[in-house]
Amino acid sequence: MGTASDKKLFDENGLRLDGRSPGDLRPIRIETDVLNRADGSAFIEWGGNKIQVAVYGPREAYPRHMQDINQAFVRARYNMAAFSVDERKRPGPDRRSMEISKVISEALQAAIMVELFPRAQIDVFIEVLQADAGTRIAGLTASAVALAAAGVPMRDLVVGCTAGKVDGKVVLDLSKEEDNFGQADLPIAIMPKSGKVVLMQMDGDLSVDEFNEATSMIFKATERINQIQRDALKKNYANTAQDWGE
Amino acid sequence: MPRDELDVMSEIKRNYILQKIKKDGLRADGRKLDEMRKVVIQTNFIPRASGSAVVTLGRTKVVCGIKIEAGEPFPDTPNQGVLTTNVELLPMAFPTFEAGPPSEDSIEIARVVDRGIRESKMIDLQKLVVEPAKQVWIVFIDIDVIDYDGNLIDACTIAAVSALATAVVPASTIGQKDFPLPITCKPASVTMMKIDNVVIVDPDLEEEQIASARLTVTMAEDGHLKAMQKGEPGFFTLEEIQKAIKTSSDVGSQIRSNYPK
Repeated sequence: MGTASDKKLFDENGLRLDGRSPGDLRPIRIETDVLNRADGSAFIEWGGNKIQVAVYGPREAYPRHMQDINQAFVRARYNMAAFSVDERKRPGPDRRSMEISKVISEALQAAIMVELFPRAQIDVFIEVLQADAGTRIAGLTASAVALAAAGVPMRDLVVGCTAGKVDGKVVLDLSKEEDNFGQADLPIAIMPKSGKVVLMQMDGDLSVDEFNEATSMIFKATERINQIQRDALKKNYANTAQDWGE
Repeated sequence: MPRDELDVMSEIKRNYILQKIKKDGLRADGRKLDEMRKVVIQTNFIPRASGSAVVTLGRTKVVCGIKIEAGEPFPDTPNQGVLTTNVELLPMAFPTFEAGPPSEDSIEIARVVDRGIRESKMIDLQKLVVEPAKQVWIVFIDIDVIDYDGNLIDACTIAAVSALATAVVPASTIGQKDFPLPITCKPASVTMMKIDNVVIVDPDLEEEQIASARLTVTMAEDGHLKAMQKGEPGFFTLEEIQKAIKTSSDVGSQIRSNYPK
């Protein structure tokens, strides 16, 4: 991030490399219950990101010493496939993926009614099959859908989006190039009904005004992404209803 | 952070901390809500290191040593030195810290500290090139946590920034003249936690145990945000975050006044 570059990230009309204006999202598509074995699953395509999420549980927590007598614990595992990035990534967890797993687990734990399942664990497996910037937020957004599809009781869905700074301008939903050559990156996830922030990270350089501009862009965008989440969940049940009707 | 029987706190103590914060706007140890514990910094504690600092933040104590060695740059940044940050939660620091590979907690702390230093461009990495694409200076920030009583992120940031500010690049090892590590600014991280809808600065261990969410904001002298991290399973509202940024700006300049030079 922030490596000095003469790469142009806006055209003469102020549009971004992929033709979006600063406040535009990339196309997002979510599908639920795409896996058989898992208790719930979701697949998300967000720009060039392709991420598969599976939920197992609530089930008895193992190892036993991890059991909490008051509530379930949520364990998200964010993993990048070796072929998901330009240069082959060495398989297995690294420091980046462990940190992302931790903040995603904590964000989901805020939304799940963990107090209903003492001594249990809820596993959320996030496999990034193709990465194109914003994977943690896309993975988290899909995780919330997979949890809902698994029937896990939740206070609300969790929906996220990133904003950042490119060529001194605040933009929504950074692309790969913008992420690589941009000056700041701000991923945020909220519970949309209440606007409570459950995940926030930031790196780069932002003035306080730029931060406020970025958060208002993100909050606006989460309304649209949340609708996509809801539609994905509803669509599945609409299909089920049709199957039964025929 | 600790998850075990030591995590259990008596109802009486929990209620006392809560009541005091809610009714008097004061902490159990008498601090105001936005007051840091006493910071003591001792630099050049480890002469064998290229730079070092022992920092006590209340009863939390960490030791940071900087090692600077000549080595190869990353292929994608041939004209820059290399920076790495590592935090060790030593078993001596707390009954449930265990030896072994780094835990999630230590990785998160190290990465948040690293981000503040890296993104503020505190170290001018472009001045750490011996021969482009061949040889650069690699700056290792290693932090040992030896006594744990809350808020490791800020203690570690203070230690790392202090140690870096006094570090010397050992260029005599490759036949050149030693020179001070090129520093452009001094970032300060401010960590806040939320206890029952009240946000407090610099939580001690007991406060960490009853808090729901954590927020770290790192800023440099220019008043810009350089790194942020929300942690723990609770949440913040946008208003709380905006207020926390303001607090971080104020408390950060107090922290900065403690930094060496």
